[in-house]
Amino acid sequence: MDFEIKIGLETHVELLTDSKMFCGCSTKFGSPPNTQTCPICLGHPGTLPVINKKAINYTIKVALALNCKIANFTQFHRKNYFYPDLPKGYQISQYDLPVGLNGYLDIELDGNKKRIRISRVHIEEDTAKLIHFGKTGRISEAVGSGLDFNRSGIPLLEIVSAPDIENVEQAKAYVVLLKRILEYLEISDCNMEEGKFRIDTNISVRKKEDIYSKVRTELKNLNSFRFLEKGLSYEIKRQKEILSKGQKLYMETRHFDSETMTTKPMRVKEVAEDYRYFPEPDLVPMIIDKKWVEEIKKTIPELPYRRAKRIKEQYNLPNNDVQIITSTKEMADFFEFCAKTYPYPKKISNWITGDMLYYLNQEQIQIEECKIKPQNLVEMLRMIDKGLISGKIAKSVFKDMFKTGEMPETIVRRKGLEQISDVEKISNIIDEVINGNPDVVKQYLSGKEQVLAFFIGQVMKKTKGKANPRIVNDILKKKLKRMSF
Amino acid sequence: MEKERLFRLSAKKLTELLSKREISNLDIVNDVVERTQEVEPIVKSYITTNMHGAIASAKKIDKLIYKSIFKGNKVEPLMGIPIAIKDNISTEGMHTTCGSKILAGYRPIYNATVIKNLKNSKIVIMGKTNMDEFAMGSSTENSSFWSTHNPWNLSNVPGGSSGGSAAAVAVGEVILALGSDTGGSVRQPASLCGVVGLKPTYGLVSRYGLIAFASSLDQIGPITRNVEDCALLLNVIAGHDPLDSTSVLKEKEDYTEYLKQNINGLKIGLIKELMGKGISNSVKDSVYKAMDLFSSLGAFCEEVSLPSLKFALSAYYIIAPAEASSNLARYDGIRYGLRAKRVKSFRSMYRKTRSKGFGDEVKRRIMLGTYALSRGYYEAYYLQAQKVRTLIINDYKRVFRNFDVLISPTTPTVAFKIGERSEDPLTMYLSDACTIPVNLAGIPAISIPCGVDNGLPIGLQIMTPHFKEGLLIKTAYNFEKNFSFKLKPLYKKYRE
Repeated sequence: MDFEIKIGLETHVELLTDSKMFCGCSTKFGSPPNTQTCPICLGHPGTLPVINKKAINYTIKVALALNCKIANFTQFHRKNYFYPDLPKGYQISQYDLPVGLNGYLDIELDGNKKRIRISRVHIEEDTAKLIHFGKTGRISEAVGSGLDFNRSGIPLLEIVSAPDIENVEQAKAYVVLLKRILEYLEISDCNMEEGKFRIDTNISVRKKEDIYSKVRTELKNLNSFRFLEKGLSYEIKRQKEILSKGQKLYMETRHFDSETMTTKPMRVKEVAEDYRYFPEPDLVPMIIDKKWVEEIKKTIPELPYRRAKRIKEQYNLPNNDVQIITSTKEMADFFEFCAKTYPYPKKISNWITGDMLYYLNQEQIQIEECKIKPQNLVEMLRMIDKGLISGKIAKSVFKDMFKTGEMPETIVRRKGLEQISDVEKISNIIDEVINGNPDVVKQYLSGKEQVLAFFIGQVMKKTKGKANPRIVNDILKKKLKRMSF
Repeated sequence: MEKERLFRLSAKKLTELLSKREISNLDIVNDVVERTQEVEPIVKSYITTNMHGAIASAKKIDKLIYKSIFKGNKVEPLMGIPIAIKDNISTEGMHTTCGSKILAGYRPIYNATVIKNLKNSKIVIMGKTNMDEFAMGSSTENSSFWSTHNPWNLSNVPGGSSGGSAAAVAVGEVILALGSDTGGSVRQPASLCGVVGLKPTYGLVSRYGLIAFASSLDQIGPITRNVEDCALLLNVIAGHDPLDSTSVLKEKEDYTEYLKQNINGLKIGLIKELMGKGISNSVKDSVYKAMDLFSSLGAFCEEVSLPSLKFALSAYYIIAPAEASSNLARYDGIRYGLRAKRVKSFRSMYRKTRSKGFGDEVKRRIMLGTYALSRGYYEAYYLQAQKVRTLIINDYKRVFRNFDVLISPTTPTVAFKIGERSEDPLTMYLSDACTIPVNLAGIPAISIPCGVDNGLPIGLQIMTPHFKEGLLIKTAYNFEKNFSFKLKPLYKKYRE
């Protein structure tokens, strides 16, 4: 049976503004419950909202980066519904006049480009956080519930894609790229664990011939890339199975259960909910003129795909390297900072994609959090080039730098790791090794040239790895050659 | 003969006496408290009184006044003058119920911007006045606590929804009051109680802290016994507020400046549509006589037609309930106010809390508004009503090209009997037929006494273009100066 899959993603992003969307309260994450609240974000009677201009600027910035048209006239609407985490009984959101409309994002999978249309980018306020007391934290098993209004009113960006995504891989590529762009724009830290980057999906699976079917499932609680993959895969499989049996799907909202890695029904949507949207009378509409848009345009940095393309061409690096280096803005900055003062980009890239990435992953930290700064790496590369340390020694120097942030020279000096390039000294050590191993010398002379490695190893052992390998190699070969006569 | 009681004097006069140190602020407050003790059990203007707080404030202010006079400075206007506040304006730490059981016991944790302004001017808050629940009503009978009585005739209503404020000012329980006006709630009770009530231009006075009924129509306004006091109080409350995005950035004006000007040559239009069916003869007579008086003062008066006004009431009863249905959603029993007991789920907590906490009229309007905003009806009702609103705004703009000022009755009839209309919402809604168009257009309007019928006062409504409060005050003041009117309740003894 042939199926057609359509996936649309709705992404909610908490903006990195200092204050909330409509009041002056702090947006800091992790403070004790209800310590960042005021009568406005608590929805007390008589209070009024005032628009946070920075949040609007950020929204314009994102909309521009996603190739949207910026509305000249934009307005807030009230979305009316009752829920304990919604203190006013309505959410101030946007409806038919959002800040950004009709954009797109080009994703790349195995070298193939695919354009995912962005329907809209709008700004709204976040709700409070409901906390259910009890073993599981689920409402059904709660012994009581609490509300933390610290989150209430934090600026929340909503980015809605068209249902252009056809499979799990595309969905993942879209989300990864979107997150990277938002990080590049520095409008959110996109921390998924803290709920600052949340994904809801709409999935519709239908038989190819059922062209009129409009049934779709909303899937919530996909708060990591892994859960997004697992949840979507499960849901697509589930829907295909139902259709294969000749049964029907119906409109519903499902919840991803990260323990069982399955999806469970939350509520059936027989009729779409009616939020009774109407223009927010407490706020005046906004006119976003060309000048305003141009000013925001100036603040947009080079975006990841453009930067990746440029870095590949400018530094002549393989795709793999480029992908890793441009995976975050900070890593790309790190690379380019090094490349500015050091002439061999591939060498820089080797270290970043190799040892650096290894230790970052091990420590579970980002490049900007680690102690190694571009100067450290550049300095170390220069020491290798000058023959002051060997590549092997460099690896241990790098490990130390990662731990302490010291300059490579300091480490080398402290640990006495300077490479021995003194020909006489090395020559003496080689003589010791040759004299001490006549059997192996015989083997070499009878044509078994592989044993050369043994001699080098012995020399290195005696010098604790500090002997310059090139010099060791040269002298050793010369001496052995002489013996064969 | 009894010595003249202080509660009968105007704010202006009291300030003069304070300046001359003939009286103290405590004398004023004590006399107002005494009057309140005499009449409150009968008139029932207040939901909450602040007598002890007021006396304490008066003592402090007396010291300030003494210092100020000692330094050779004047006593600031309205310093120490007692004021009553409608119970939908947030006062920090002081009960604020909106006349509703759902907010019984609620004490705001902040002050409305107007309250901050009053406090900066050292005006003394005497208490919170009764009102129709959430300002929905025209008689104060919709208060979930009790009805207020019209001090002119105790079996009649004082009007509403700011009935408590108007009655308190008329009977002398206080010198000044603040009300709120969404469809006439300041002007209509002012008219029925024989006092002055002004609804400022939408955006002139901050709404921050005014508990919302219909956000695009609500405005706070002064209720006083004369136009001069009204101008003085408007000076204190008007002005831009960064906490209210709909408040207008505009330079402050001194409205008392306009009291000095005459109205010679002023072009006044009498709105034809508001002088027709439903307007009682005595009211019409008084308005025509007012027109004659204006003519005698040098103004040109003429009838003028605003055809769109006949749709105003219908549009209002879509827009106001629509906004109210959303504004009142926050009363869910979770954070403040009433919470129903013995509930099984949060859904049932909402249902029970709101069923118990809201009165019939409030529920009626929430349902009306919810319906008007529902999918499939939004275009037919809410959008259509907004279009009518635009027509009304344009109609006013058009006639203001030819007229400086418009006049009409404030209310179709004088105060009706308590209970007479409470079972008939539609007749009750008609009480606001003359005042509602002004809110839809956002223009300012004032109601001043212009006659008495059968022992009950009649009000004249004067309207001007946006932000022309000065012209409004000038016109009203010239009329008041030349019209003899006695506020009888001030001299009435309610208990022998």
